[in-house]
Amino acid sequence: MNPLAGYLLLSAVLFAIGLAGAVTRRNAIIVLIGIELMLNAANLNFIAFWRFGKNPEAMTGIVFVIFSIAVAAAEAAVGLALIIAIYRHQKTTNVDRLDSMKG
Amino acid sequence: MTFTFYLLCGLTLAGAVAAMSLRNLVHCALSLAVAFGGLAGIYLQLDAQFAGFAQVLVYVGAVAILIVFAVLLTRGSEPANEPIYSTRWFVGLGVATGVFAVIASAVMASKALPLGPLSAPTVVIRDLGDQLMTRYVLPLEVLGLLLTAALIGAVIIALHDNPPKTGDAK
Repeated sequence: MNPLAGYLLLSAVLFAIGLAGAVTRRNAIIVLIGIELMLNAANLNFIAFWRFGKNPEAMTGIVFVIFSIAVAAAEAAVGLALIIAIYRHQKTTNVDRLDSMKG
Repeated sequence: MTFTFYLLCGLTLAGAVAAMSLRNLVHCALSLAVAFGGLAGIYLQLDAQFAGFAQVLVYVGAVAILIVFAVLLTRGSEPANEPIYSTRWFVGLGVATGVFAVIASAVMASKALPLGPLSAPTVVIRDLGDQLMTRYVLPLEVLGLLLTAALIGAVIIALHDNPPKTGDAK
């Protein structure tokens, strides 16, 4: 098998696991964990394509991954702050019960 | 495909599956740290040393601990006997399986995947720093601004609002 294909398949499995967790679990924190897993799968793709691509000396893949990690860290901080604020008001982190805006 | 790849692959996937399926939220956060650690190993195997160590510092060090803190701050929100999956979990599982099937079939059918250079690319951290300070200096500054704004926003969102004084109109 092409070595790049192995990394891409691993990334696809990781993305699918994160997606399955994000859409099936009830706890908002686990939903955020699933989103983090999906972001990491995308990062793995960047690194794999950089390593096996045409011009690895340009370092575009690594720079993109560094920026992506920083943005994901900001996203995690804001997301967890939102979950804590919602918990303080609604006393729950169950996304099935947070339906007060449902028409 | 070497033995270390399969080892790290198994570690990462086991951590990810455990993070998505365990009932105890602290166990989920720790499994997530294991999955992130496996991914960092894969980055190191792909000769991306800086990305691997950044992954360890940011994800295993910061994000996993942040999630543990959030779990502890929202502790006791759910009764223990409540199901952890939503009622129509099979729909979500089907969607995820479909997405995986589409991506995997695209990867397997692709004939244009590059085989890559046989020798590892020689990237040193000094080159990376040079690039960040010359070619990518504007994105770096914007990123710093974004991080500052996001962290201030997170603090403001999570601030305790003062309880309304008695006598105030609600």
